[in-house]
Amino acid sequence: MASQVSHEVAPREKRELTPAEERTEAGKFFSPHTDIHETERAVLVTMEVPGVSKSSIDIQVEKGVLTVKGTIDPTRYESVQPLYTEYNVGNFVRTFTVSPKIDAASISATVADGVLTIELPKAKEALARRIAVN
Amino acid sequence: MVIRVRDPFATLLGLQRAMENVMGSDWFGSRTSGSGAFPLLNVFTAGDDFVVEAELPGVKKQDLDVQVRGDTLRIQGKKTIAYDENASIHRRERAAGQFDRTVTLPDEIDSARVSADFRDGVLTLRLPRAESAKPRTVAIN
Repeated sequence: MASQVSHEVAPREKRELTPAEERTEAGKFFSPHTDIHETERAVLVTMEVPGVSKSSIDIQVEKGVLTVKGTIDPTRYESVQPLYTEYNVGNFVRTFTVSPKIDAASISATVADGVLTIELPKAKEALARRIAVN
Repeated sequence: MVIRVRDPFATLLGLQRAMENVMGSDWFGSRTSGSGAFPLLNVFTAGDDFVVEAELPGVKKQDLDVQVRGDTLRIQGKKTIAYDENASIHRRERAAGQFDRTVTLPDEIDSARVSADFRDGVLTLRLPRAESAKPRTVAIN
């Protein structure tokens, strides 16, 4: 039982953008929870963007900065009225500085169940090499 | 607060404001019972129905279990995060594990007509109020 409790997911509030990174567009923007991990071949960025459909995700790489923006569909809230609310809804945005060792031309992304995975393949020159000792 | 606007952005803005107000006030403790557990829930009304929404990104549909009995709703499931064994981690913000949450709604639910939709990591439940819980107009003789 004790082990079960320790595996329970703790509720966390979404992080809203701070005034320093606020945007000019109206409405709330949240910074999605993100995992970044590195494999031999690539750097993988995994972010949680619940409510964002595949067609509403915008990923751009410009001057070494990766910008991910996801917009939710507000029409689903047209005919409902809030009764109890525990979290607010809004769009997502987050930017990352990309290492020059990333092959920007071959970045790819997939989305499933509100989780966006961006694969940033390492440039050939940056791949780790095993050097044989003669 | 009534939100009935044409412009979709106005809809979202109005909703965000309304939600902020509800979250900020503790008037008569108008809150979900048993708050503070995962997943966080939003409860809306849509006509006679309740609409319950939860953000569950990364949860598989088959790992979700929703039960309705009387006026209580139970959502349980598990969320798993799996990465390549050899991957080195630079940043970890996502959380995984099990969850089990029960909330009481203000009225009895017609459990036979409950519908659930899980799309883009958002679970939406439409819970029609039971006939017995609906107000009845009484004819005055």
